[in-house]
This record gives sequence, C-alpha cells and structure tokens, in this order.
Amino acid sequence: MSKPKVAFYWCASCGGCEEAVVDLGEAILDVVQAVEIVLWPVAFDFKLEDLQAYKPGEIAVSFLNGAVRSSENETWVKLLREKSQLIVAFGACAHLGGIPGLANCTTRDEIFQNKYIRSATVANPKSILPQTETWVDQFNLELPEMWNTVRCLDQVIDVDYYLPGCAPPPDSIAKAVQAILSGNLPPKGSVLAPEKSVCESCPRNETKPETFTIDSFRRLATDTPDPEKCFLVDGFVCMGPATRGGCGERCIRGNMPCRGCFGPTPDVLDQGAKFLASLGSVSRGKTEEEARSFAASLVDPLGTLYRFGLPSSLLHRRTVNKEVS
Amino acid sequence: MLTEPFEPRLIGFLCRWCAYTGADLAGTSRLQYPSNLTAIRVMCSGRVDPTFILKALAEGADGVLIAGCHPGDCHYSEGNYRTQRRFPLLTDLLDQFGVERERVRLEWISASEGERFAQVVRELTETIRTLGPLHWKQRREALART
Repeated sequence: MSKPKVAFYWCASCGGCEEAVVDLGEAILDVVQAVEIVLWPVAFDFKLEDLQAYKPGEIAVSFLNGAVRSSENETWVKLLREKSQLIVAFGACAHLGGIPGLANCTTRDEIFQNKYIRSATVANPKSILPQTETWVDQFNLELPEMWNTVRCLDQVIDVDYYLPGCAPPPDSIAKAVQAILSGNLPPKGSVLAPEKSVCESCPRNETKPETFTIDSFRRLATDTPDPEKCFLVDGFVCMGPATRGGCGERCIRGNMPCRGCFGPTPDVLDQGAKFLASLGSVSRGKTEEEARSFAASLVDPLGTLYRFGLPSSLLHRRTVNKEVS
Repeated sequence: MLTEPFEPRLIGFLCRWCAYTGADLAGTSRLQYPSNLTAIRVMCSGRVDPTFILKALAEGADGVLIAGCHPGDCHYSEGNYRTQRRFPLLTDLLDQFGVERERVRLEWISASEGERFAQVVRELTETIRTLGPLHWKQRREALART
C-alpha cells in the first residue's frame, strides 16, 4: 500500500510553525517513515503546477499555517482544499488570524504608505508602491494582490481540524499526526486541544485566592512580575482565564503572562469580550472615576484582548465611517 | 427617488428589577417616546456580557443601551458596579474598532423613573440619528478586498 500523502503550506506567517514541525526532533523521522510529503515550500521547491497535477482528494491531509491575506494565499488554499481529504488549520494564524490579523486595525493603503513612503529608512523618491501588474520592456510582471482584511483559514475554505498555538507545541503536533494516521479522529471542526482554560493547568493557579481585586494594571515594559504569583493577582494582564489550555504553559514558565494564542475555550464567542467581562470583578472601584482610571491602565485594549484573534472576533476588524463614504 | 429616512435600530439590555420596571412604568403611564428600542430583559445589568453588545453591533444594531439599578441599589448588591467597571473598558475598545463611543450608553434607571427611561430613549435615538447607521457588516465587507 502506498503511504498517505501529506502537504505543509504557509500563507501569511512568520515561519515559526515550520520551526515547530522541525522541533519534533527525532519524532519527525517516524512521521517521514509513515507518510509521503508532497508539498513543503519551506524545505523543498514546489510550484503551483505540481499541486495542480494531483487528483481531487489525492492528498490525505494538508497542514496549513498562516493567515490568508492575498490573492496568492487564496489560490493556494482553495487548490489545497480541492486536493486534500483533510485540512488542518495549523497554528494561531490559520486558526484565529494571529499576529498578522492585527493588520485589521488598519488598511492596505496605510500599510503601503508606512512601509514604502513614510518609513524613515526608505528612500523612494518616485513614491512607487507595489502593483499587481507592471510592464518592464515588453514583459508584464505580476504580483499577488494584498487584501485590506486579513482572514483566518475557515473564512476562506472549509476546515476540518484546528491545531492551536503560536506555534503549536511539538507534543500536540505529534498527537494530532498520530490521530490522523490511525484514523482515530474527533468530530469535524474540533480544536485539537483540551477544553479547559489555561488557569486549570497553570502552575501558579494555587497562588490565586478565591476572590481578589486590583486598583490598576501594571505593564511588562516598566515592571517585572513576581516569579511565582498569579499574574492577574500581581496586576498584569494575563489572558489565561479566557484562553484554551494545552500549551504546556510555556510562557508562564518563562515569567510571561498568557497572551491568548490558543484562542477561546469552547462556547465562547469572542475571547476579548469574555476577558473584558471578567475584569468587572477584578477591579475594585465603586465610582465612575475609579472605573475610568482602571480602564486607562489597560493600554491598547484591542491589541491586548485580540492579539491573536482579531479576524475571527465578532467585529473582525477596525472600520471608520469615512473610509466607506 | 426619495430614500427612506434613517430609523435607528437600538437594543436595550434592561435589568429586571429597576430599568425594565421603569420602562414598564413609562408604558403604563402612556409616556411618548420613540419605538426604536428593542428591549431585552436581563436579570441584572451585571449579566450583560460585553459579548452581547459586540454581537448586537456586529449584527445590525446602530446603538445599544445598558440600563440597571442606581449604584447602591442593585438587587444582587454588586452587579451594577461590575457593569460600571467594564463600561469604560468597552468604550475604549469600541473606539479602537472605529465604533463611536456614543453608540453605547450606560444609564441607571430606577423602577419609579418612567419619565427618565423615556427621556434616555429619546436622547439615544436622536444621538444615533445624528451619527447615522452603523452598518457594521456592510462596512467591514466593503473593506474586505478592495
């Protein structure tokens, strides 16, 4: 019997998810023994034509990482969907939109202006911006179109499973691969991680009293958290209560509060709003002024509450009235 | 062709003990106020998860009212303080999303304040009429690819 065909592909991503696959270490040799890797742009040279040559459903499973934000990303993921029996959204960007999703706070024009015109280190006297088509001599050169809005994978194609994390921890990758190879799979649409929050398995959970309140938030830029205390009790924003566990609490062990990369727990519609809801019982003031000063201590609520999940949040992105007039 | 005048669509989350009873009083007292607000009765303003407000705005509301008991009067003693603490965080967040702060209003309305309820609805309706429709879905879809 021939080995099942597996594809790895990246869209708008940093390469950290590819790194996570390599971090499997020697276990990757078992994977390579069991499957045939037919596409992995980070490691081997592949062209779109190579993928087009496969029959529909010929690839057993495709692991797609990165957010979807260009016409090129869209072409590849739609083709991969057609050729694959299973699609796994691999990592926070494919799952929720991830860090590239924060571009939904702005627009493509703003990004181009900053990157190619305003940036202090750029010399661009003719104000040339990326074009989808450019004629050079008699040749028409093409570039993919970048979108205004960054999307997570399931906003573009049907997704079978989600492997959360920035990046997914090697043990959860290994478990997912084994589950797929053995056909021992949970219902379609499942997130391949526990259902409980990070707090549940947090090594600092015992230092958290039943109830506690704080006056204001402290910032990592100017303060260092206590190495053993619950971050929230210590006054630092920790997304743990609103975030799915299973990450191995890698950040917490490095004295860094949870930033929310595993996304919301099941049944939560909007991770940021849910965390915001919990802050009503964390701050202690009883007057409007105290409430305002507490709010002011949370700098950049959007970037903090939706650091990994802006495209998949209820509002998806920032829009300002004048932009559509 | 004449276009239809804009009628704001407002959602009101009213606490069962004070604001909803106040709204009831406005009705039984035959007070006149705009019919733009759809009232949703909740047990406490503290039950109003910010998710509800974001969902309302994402799915077509032009404005949202949260109304509960005056501070100190909460039936559950603390619920409205929680709402009060969340509210500026929510409006700061909405500001970053590009939603005008005035679209979401928090008010304390007691069971005996029927006239006050009617006045708040009149004011909110006029505020939103001036701001215009939110049309969140259309707005974000218009920006999606272009």
